[in-house]
Amino acid sequence: QRRGLRLSAPAAIQVTVRDALNQALDEELERDERVFLLGEEVAQYDGAYKISRGLWKKYGDKRVIDTPISEMGFAGIAVGAAMVWLRPVCEFMTFNFSMQAIDQVINSAAKTCYMSAGSIAVPIVFRGPNGASAGVAAQHSQCFAAWYGHCPGLKVVSPWSAEDAKGLLKASIRDDNPVVMLESELLYGVPFEMSEQAQSKEFVIPIGKAKIERQGTHVTLVAHSRPVGHCIEAAAVLSKEGVECEVINLRTIRPMDIETVEASVVKTNHLVTVEGGWPQFGVGAEICARIMEGPAFNYLDAPAVRVTGADVPMPYAKILEDNCIPQVKDIVFAVKKALNI
Amino acid sequence: SPEERPQFPGASAEFAERLEFIQPNVLAGIPVYRVMDRQGHVLRPSEDPQLPKEQVLKLYKTMTLLNTMDRILYESQRQGRISFYMTNYGEEGTHVGSAAALDASDLVFGQYREAGVLLYRGYPLELFMAQCYGNASDPGKGRQMPVHYGCPERHFVTISSPLATQIPQAVGAAYAIKRADASRAVVCYFGEGAASEGDAHAGFNFAATLECPIVFFCRNNGYAISTPTSEQYRGDGIAARGPGYGLLSIRVDGNDVFAVYNATREARRRAVAENQPFLIEAMTYRCGPRALPRARGSGTPGSPKKTSRCPSGFCSIGHHSTSDDSSAYRSVDEVSYWDKQDHPISRLRHYMANRGWWDEQEEKAWRKSSRKMVLEAFEQAEREPKPPPRLLFSDVYLEMPPRLRRQRAELERHLETYGEHYPLQQFQK
Repeated sequence: QRRGLRLSAPAAIQVTVRDALNQALDEELERDERVFLLGEEVAQYDGAYKISRGLWKKYGDKRVIDTPISEMGFAGIAVGAAMVWLRPVCEFMTFNFSMQAIDQVINSAAKTCYMSAGSIAVPIVFRGPNGASAGVAAQHSQCFAAWYGHCPGLKVVSPWSAEDAKGLLKASIRDDNPVVMLESELLYGVPFEMSEQAQSKEFVIPIGKAKIERQGTHVTLVAHSRPVGHCIEAAAVLSKEGVECEVINLRTIRPMDIETVEASVVKTNHLVTVEGGWPQFGVGAEICARIMEGPAFNYLDAPAVRVTGADVPMPYAKILEDNCIPQVKDIVFAVKKALNI
Repeated sequence: SPEERPQFPGASAEFAERLEFIQPNVLAGIPVYRVMDRQGHVLRPSEDPQLPKEQVLKLYKTMTLLNTMDRILYESQRQGRISFYMTNYGEEGTHVGSAAALDASDLVFGQYREAGVLLYRGYPLELFMAQCYGNASDPGKGRQMPVHYGCPERHFVTISSPLATQIPQAVGAAYAIKRADASRAVVCYFGEGAASEGDAHAGFNFAATLECPIVFFCRNNGYAISTPTSEQYRGDGIAARGPGYGLLSIRVDGNDVFAVYNATREARRRAVAENQPFLIEAMTYRCGPRALPRARGSGTPGSPKKTSRCPSGFCSIGHHSTSDDSSAYRSVDEVSYWDKQDHPISRLRHYMANRGWWDEQEEKAWRKSSRKMVLEAFEQAEREPKPPPRLLFSDVYLEMPPRLRRQRAELERHLETYGEHYPLQQFQK
């Protein structure tokens, strides 16, 4: 249907994150026969979140594989296949379940290139929904950006928009290192404008490069994944009060593009980080540490402020859950605190 | 009605009208396949693989060379020259019997007690030593603890410490290999203790559902550090688990190189021809401790001179993995029984002697020359410098990221100015 739309008018179209991921998988499966997808429910069920809709029908059993229920099992198998010849995309139904397989992700995938002195590559992508969803409580809502971002040997990406999702998934599949891609279940159904360039089969976003989503002069907001959208909303609210926020979409957690953040802080002199994960040892903590260590420190007019998820296991009750995740009002409050207004 | 059959999707079988539990059958379990008796006589001529003399000599020499290397490196750990070691005493038969049955390009995933497989494939003594010393000749760039060998050219995947993680990886590799090359197999080694890990369960299960050309080879040596098999499992060993997963399974006498050879050869042939997994459980005995160094303050160090009176003449009953003192959990008598009565090396020697292929004179000469080879490689390894400091930064990713490049440059600048304060002469330039 995509081509039909393009024939009628070459322009940007609305694409959901789900469809963008589906396109990326479809294009990469077509482009390289070594690429294959495995995970629970990815084949005949079209994916637990329908990300792989239609792919099993199109590519068959060899390229899209339903696995028995063992994350450690299929993650290990994917690592072994990657060590030899194939390029697996290993789907975790949520990254909460990846904890069961984390030994394979870190001790095997992440460290093998180094431990084998470069003789074994592991070109694997681990992907799936990360962080908060809606009403799924503590064991289904944890954010793993800090956990995986901690490890040398892994690359970690965290898309926000449909373009991010498509470009980063393609880049991750083409990367010869192990990549963890942290998606967001709440974003799957959200449509974003996708430019004509992004609709092309060769559209790839470089890993390790952040994007400035909104230019501003008074304060730098840095976020990844869903909170990027909240930052843009907060920026709109603050703009009415004469505060112009620069919103940076990190896109990649590791290797982090701190240079973009530094350049922005040099310009705005104020920094607010926003993330869904817990505060201690989080993404925001790392950003603050690196800003402090680098040239931008001398340009800060006030200490940086972190907006994070509440430091509790995610509760179930809706009103509690809503207040455990950064909301637009929390970002506005943090900006005002940073600017002392 | 008698024609009625169950229609459940999960299992296909008959109905039963009597309440009866299936017994685990530990006492009358899966039999142990063997070719030779303990005196090296072939029991059924049809089972003799009739390997040519040169190959049998190669089997013998590999086992004994491994044993000699183990003794030297064990001693070097006790003397503080290397930090850690694991010997292969008593299990040499499982290594060479299986290695001889594989094609040279079959991919091997090991656990850590399969050095004989690599030695059989021609890995030089110098490189074994270089890895244990972590010196500049080590292809592993000194990154890992001793005995964590790896060799892409000989299709031996780098050893990784966590137990049983290699099992699902071997299955994944077999799946990839099936797609790329229909003549190649994967062999995955592990101990009976590692088979308790969840990874093992998932690996066996997936090998069957994905129809992979893989041979699982379990070395059941009776102990996992101090845990005897009676505490490790209550079923009939590992072989009995195979049918539960849909694997063709066999139990063999791991101290009989020909039994190991025959089983591996046939399993490998059929795994590749039929794209299905096989499970071999090789029964053996671990003649030493699990690893070195031993736990602190535990017992007297085992000395090769003190206890070695076994007929093989090679094996050193003693403590084995250098972090372990096995006298804490098993008697000297037990170890001695195995070493004297049933050892793969002496058994093969009997076979060779029965055919007039080996005698006392050749034994003496070989012991002398093999020991000389090992000592030369050992002294060479001791003399070598360590890898150059700039290798600290490589291989974290396939391409070095800018941050690490900057750090490496910073280190190089630092050493240019302050190099005299560091023991740089111990490291390769």
